[in-house]
Amino acid sequence: MTGRITANVVIGVGALYALLPLVWLLLASTVDTETLFASDFFSLENFALADNVQALFTQEKGIYGHRYLNSVLYAAGGAAVGSLISTAAGYVFDKFSFTGKNSLFALVLVSVMVPAAVLALPLYLMASAAGVANTVWSVIIPVLFNPFGVYLARVFSAAYVPNEVLEAARVDGATEIRSFVSVGLRMLAPGYVTIFLFQLTSIWNNFFLPLVMLSDQRLYPLSLGLYSWNSLANIDPDYYPLMVVGSMFALVPLVLAFLLLQRYWRSGLTAGSVK
Amino acid sequence: MIRQRSAVGLLLGPFVALLLVVFLAPTLYAVYLSFFARSHTGLGFGNGRTAFVGLRNYGVVLTDPSFLQGVGVTLLYSAVFIPLVIVGALLLALLFDSGVVRLRQISQTILFVPHAVPGIIATVLWLYLYTPGISPVIDLMRGLDLEVDFLGLEMVVPSLVNIALWSGLGYTTVIFFAALRAVPREVLEAAAIDGAGPLRAAVTIKVPLIRGTVVTVLIFTVIAALQLFTEPMLLSKVTPLIGPRFTPNMYVYDAAFARNNHSLASAASVLLLVVCCLLSFAVTRGASRGGRA
Repeated sequence: MTGRITANVVIGVGALYALLPLVWLLLASTVDTETLFASDFFSLENFALADNVQALFTQEKGIYGHRYLNSVLYAAGGAAVGSLISTAAGYVFDKFSFTGKNSLFALVLVSVMVPAAVLALPLYLMASAAGVANTVWSVIIPVLFNPFGVYLARVFSAAYVPNEVLEAARVDGATEIRSFVSVGLRMLAPGYVTIFLFQLTSIWNNFFLPLVMLSDQRLYPLSLGLYSWNSLANIDPDYYPLMVVGSMFALVPLVLAFLLLQRYWRSGLTAGSVK
Repeated sequence: MIRQRSAVGLLLGPFVALLLVVFLAPTLYAVYLSFFARSHTGLGFGNGRTAFVGLRNYGVVLTDPSFLQGVGVTLLYSAVFIPLVIVGALLLALLFDSGVVRLRQISQTILFVPHAVPGIIATVLWLYLYTPGISPVIDLMRGLDLEVDFLGLEMVVPSLVNIALWSGLGYTTVIFFAALRAVPREVLEAAAIDGAGPLRAAVTIKVPLIRGTVVTVLIFTVIAALQLFTEPMLLSKVTPLIGPRFTPNMYVYDAAFARNNHSLASAASVLLLVVCCLLSFAVTRGASRGGRA
């Protein structure tokens, strides 16, 4: 009995540790600068959420909204295309045999281990030599490469796409590309969503690559925009409520995606860890 | 298995192109750059000569006190963070697996949510919770007569560890839990019949059986620790205790963009890369030799 209580208390403490900072962020975004410093969140007369939101979206001619759209474009666009590339590659590794397959897949596994930050500097030098540094492409093309997605897609393809179905499509005269699009991809849809979700998060959270690549403030994603505002908050405390409310808005899409698409990230973590 | 070249080319082509352009080429380019150095013979930019210097850049990096200090910080950070996150997540996962936890699904989701919070935002959030005047935590502790300077000399590394732990604990727990679910129930039933209690079953049967997963997570955690950048970079703007070369990755950034020394930055990058590869190789080898991988 005491064991049962202890177990639930430990889990409860863990859950509070995870949740309370976010609750604080939510409360802090509803008050003005002065009240923020007084931590006085529950008096209604200081309720300033609307003012904060308005300030957030009008500061520096609405640059926050602009950066929000940049983040959406980089993350949603990059993840949609990147996951398709990874899914197709994982499918090929599972269903086809070709020369050099094993060594190529070994290279994929090695590249999973290599930290993206290590590659950022040479990528920047290559991009500036090619004249694409400080453009949208310089932050989208590198994130399309997702070797862990290829690994997951191979696992999913082996689990979800029976070879007999592909054989049947072939007997019916479908080309390989056609059977991938109409049979394989359809069966891999849940796997695609899983890979998309993980890639969306990692692009949305990406900081090092845009920091290195971008100098044009109008191209900044949210992470980099908040970083530059944070430096300003040291000088001008009016940036604190902007940071708080801006951070809160930046979290919303990811937290929603994770809450609504639970079974997908769970299946991704299972496939990635057990196999 | 099927053989059809054009399909393989079309479906795999885009990935292989990316592998070449954004992985192999920059890796080789970093190695290449690390063997050269620019010597400035005159004033101003652009009139330097680039010369092959062999391993000299590596020597410079490895004897640079600021780089070695960064390595020291990483080691200290890893020594605190890795045991905490692995043991903490294992404990939580075993509790979830024991079946005594109420509201299991929802507690797991709550624990996982911080993983969806971008590193920059997690750092900003905790930075405010570390800042006297804003932080209700500090007010609360002051009420209990506890004075802690979270951004003080002794607390810098624990404060960084806390941010990483907050982000990673639930995520790691869910991975371990998924692995524990895959442990065959017959094994556990047999252990129960043999008289093993829940604690004993957890320590002597469950943990060894998910060893492969623990090792995999360990490798990824170590590699993430070696890359420590976003959090200290943001904190370096508010506390002088975190300098611009606080971690090896910050050293790379500082060398490349503050000092404009691309050769030095490349050499440091390549060193990080080699350490990552060696570590993952060693840990995988060790694990597969010791039993299930």
